[in-house]
Amino acid sequence: MNKSEILPPNFHEQMTKEEMTSWILGIEPAATTDDTGEWLVVQVPVAQWKNLATQLRKGPPALDFLYCITAVDWKTHLSMVYHLRSSRTDETLVVKVQLDREKPQIETVCDIWRTAEFHEREAFEMFGIIFLNHPDLRKLILPDDFNGYPMRKDFEDPVNMIKL
Amino acid sequence: MEVNQPVKDLKSTFPGQVIDMPGGGVVAAGFQDLVNWARSNSLWPLTFATSCCGIEMMSTAAAKYDFARFGFEVARATPRQADVIIIAGTIVNKMAPVLKRLYDQMADPKYVIAMGACAISGGPFFYNTYSVVKGADHIIPVDVYIPGCPPRPEALLHALLTLQEKIKSGQTREQIRNSSTQLP
Amino acid sequence: MYAETQIISTSENNPQLSEGQLVINVGPQHPATHGVLHLVITLEGETIVKIEPHLGYIHRSIEKMSESLSYRQFIYVTSRMDYLSAHINNLGCALCVEKGMQIEVPARAQAIRIIMSELTRIASHELWIGAMAMDLGAMTPFFYTFRERETINDIMEQTCGARLTMNYMVPGGVMYDLHPEFVTRVRAFITQFKDKVTELEDLVTNNIIFRNRTEGIGILSKEDAISFGCTGPVARASGVDGDIRKRFPYTGYEQLDFEQCLHQAGDSFARYIVRIREMYQSIRIIEQLIDQIPEGDFQAKTKAVIKLPKGEFYTRVETARGELGVYIISEGGTTPYRIKYRSPGFSNLSALDHMARGSKIGDLMATMGTLDLVIPDIDR
Repeated sequence: MNKSEILPPNFHEQMTKEEMTSWILGIEPAATTDDTGEWLVVQVPVAQWKNLATQLRKGPPALDFLYCITAVDWKTHLSMVYHLRSSRTDETLVVKVQLDREKPQIETVCDIWRTAEFHEREAFEMFGIIFLNHPDLRKLILPDDFNGYPMRKDFEDPVNMIKL
Repeated sequence: MEVNQPVKDLKSTFPGQVIDMPGGGVVAAGFQDLVNWARSNSLWPLTFATSCCGIEMMSTAAAKYDFARFGFEVARATPRQADVIIIAGTIVNKMAPVLKRLYDQMADPKYVIAMGACAISGGPFFYNTYSVVKGADHIIPVDVYIPGCPPRPEALLHALLTLQEKIKSGQTREQIRNSSTQLP
Repeated sequence: MYAETQIISTSENNPQLSEGQLVINVGPQHPATHGVLHLVITLEGETIVKIEPHLGYIHRSIEKMSESLSYRQFIYVTSRMDYLSAHINNLGCALCVEKGMQIEVPARAQAIRIIMSELTRIASHELWIGAMAMDLGAMTPFFYTFRERETINDIMEQTCGARLTMNYMVPGGVMYDLHPEFVTRVRAFITQFKDKVTELEDLVTNNIIFRNRTEGIGILSKEDAISFGCTGPVARASGVDGDIRKRFPYTGYEQLDFEQCLHQAGDSFARYIVRIREMYQSIRIIEQLIDQIPEGDFQAKTKAVIKLPKGEFYTRVETARGELGVYIISEGGTTPYRIKYRSPGFSNLSALDHMARGSKIGDLMATMGTLDLVIPDIDR
């Protein structure tokens, strides 16, 4: 059975990739988009992330389901990857934000999507990324007296690990 | 004990002798043997399962591979009332003080069974992990080890019977310590 | 270890609490926490004011470890992550590698994968009913549900070789072909299941104590479910229709006829009913496939050493708990550069504080039980 039989009747059609690209560049001219992969990927500078996130949630795309927050260590810089989806139209967007390695800071999105509370705490303890204005930023999974940021590529633990 | 030898047959399980006398019988047994026999047939486990091996322990408690027929019926939730702790699952650095505290809260005589590869030596998480304790015997002394990932319920039953054998023959750490006349 | 909270604190020795409040621990060793979950609960009398989950008691650093394992090896570590849906976890990883390598999976392997996934889903829900009833105080359903679970485990063991962590999915298909007796045994299981699950329903669903303890408890509205990122039966019981098998079908689900089980109430009883109905739908799926498994290869030919091209790949599957996402970032080598597992329990747990505030501590066990948390899945 195809998708149109399962979806409710008041479902509006999703924006095409071109419509989404032009809408995003209208809001945030500093962003760059890339639609070669499966989903549209948007790169945004750190300072404009919160504004774009609010618009993505409240504006026409209505991307209300943040389903994956990933932090990646690219050896020269860190980056955050946000996977967003709309619960009504199933359109998906991937937003990447590049962060400075020495002092990684980014605005939190807990007030927009509440699932970010736990995910950002985990990114903080594993990579050392500070989320500004997070209600409760402390360690979640690691023991309280753990030193270092284990998922970074330069984390060394001579007792337990072979150097990766 | 040899793996392919059968478990002791029923006739010789009870460590005593019945002496027939007019008006009834008298049972004569060595006191320590009698105490060991009673202890081994009524070991109460603590419900302690951290990960996948816990499901096999629950399967062993269920109706198909029942461990209640060996005396392990009453699984207590509090360590103060338990005799044996079956460490089913991986122990990580954050859980290690909790395990030690549980072990300390148990009353003597207490026994420990390390179930599964993770509790023996860290298992599949041995290499390149920063948070796994490579074996539960770094934390508490272990009496019986069960290999497997996860071990089958029959393997757990075999380990429980081995523990019973160990108690009856006086080989557990505490019994050796209590029975020797020299200071350790 | 307890640097942030005290083990027990009252308003006399802790200035942050107001008059009459008490902080207690539930776990990490507790018969009802389904693994090692440590909840620090602030109570006012018997009413819950705040719940703070403390995780990490089974954090085995699987994401870091996977960066040093090859693409054929890392799949089997994930079956230890959510061990009750081990096949489905392995399937998600295998699908992600196949997406990167652009491998075409033969039809026989797809059918076998679906049947194994649905059997795993039934086994997981059965164990969940047993454990949940035991949390609420009923011992009997535990033994009844393990009877069905043991039948499924025996069927799996004959084909896959193991009962719980069966390492059966490989990129390209499945590892071995089905045992000759598989089809007969599954047909016998279907008949047995339909008989026995009505018995279980009489025992639990229509039980007045169970209904009083779960109806109206732990309500989660639809907007909150979406905002907290809940997926799976937790979200479907609040009316969110996001079943991955319907919305983003994979490995052949688009050709099958089954329904998504939705409910609008959002309370604990709704979550229970959704899972019971899902078991019936899984049986329906298996019945459609078991007589028509296509002939052919059970594994596509792949190179011995797999190297993914440079790029990023995300796949999602529907486990018994919700959406598992596998996100692989590859730099072209034989080991992944970064793997992220989007685990369903992590987001479902973040809704617990919101759901349980204002209820009594006895209701907390009903709410937490219906979330179906498997803690190694959360801690990874």
